[in-house]
Amino acid sequence: MSDFKIFAIAGSALTAQSARLNAVASNLANADSVVGADGKPYRAKQVVFAATPVEGGGIGVRVTQVVDSAAPARMQYDPANPAADEKGYVTLPNVNVVEEMVNMISASRAYQTNAEVMNTAKTLMAKTLAIGQ
Amino acid sequence: MIDRLEQDLSTIRNAMGVRGYRQELLASNIANADTPYYKARDVDFKSALQAAVGGRGVPTLQPVTLARTQAGHLGGNGGSPYGGAVKYRAEYQGAVDGNTVNMDVERAAFAENAMQLEALILFVNKRFEGLQRAIQGQ
Repeated sequence: MSDFKIFAIAGSALTAQSARLNAVASNLANADSVVGADGKPYRAKQVVFAATPVEGGGIGVRVTQVVDSAAPARMQYDPANPAADEKGYVTLPNVNVVEEMVNMISASRAYQTNAEVMNTAKTLMAKTLAIGQ
Repeated sequence: MIDRLEQDLSTIRNAMGVRGYRQELLASNIANADTPYYKARDVDFKSALQAAVGGRGVPTLQPVTLARTQAGHLGGNGGSPYGGAVKYRAEYQGAVDGNTVNMDVERAAFAENAMQLEALILFVNKRFEGLQRAIQGQ
């Protein structure tokens, strides 16, 4: 039944969008992390979406990879900082806070829309099941 | 009696099938609103229903398939039960990432389609109610 596929499709979008929201949360939390897990400044993470067929037809979406942003790191002159280089510059993460906020709004709107699609499919399914009652 | 019922309801059933399929396509479009290079698709309700009902001089649409000219060729179908009735949507505004999903269009179409499907469900319900009333002789 096609309505079940809608759950799979919208569900895949919910998963993908929440992965994007997760990346945004990491980026915002680490917007000023001078030292990351590998000893270098944190690099902004971006998710890559790809269309993927779901079981029985229909096209869902999935996150194929999480890539480090290629944007140049922010350099801040702060010679008093222990992390400063010989010229007195501190390398800060390449997180663009404004961009991340926009990303967050976009992800949450997309999540809402897909949740709505699921709700509509559920309502219609319930109505179809009640035919003749 | 049963085959008459079947005949009576077959058009609505086919229409519900097309509506259900369209719902699925629109859900795919909405799910892929942020996927690079994804192209939005929609089904032409009229030709899809004609393909499903067939007969009465209407040319039925055949599913789009790959031509197999050699024994070793893979079969593969168009991936759609309604074949040529499924088309790519003409885009309003191009996006840099090659995505052609217009969220407003998709949401409006989804809401409209859900309403139409609900109307069909109502038709079936009322049809059954009428039949029941006839049977009970009230």
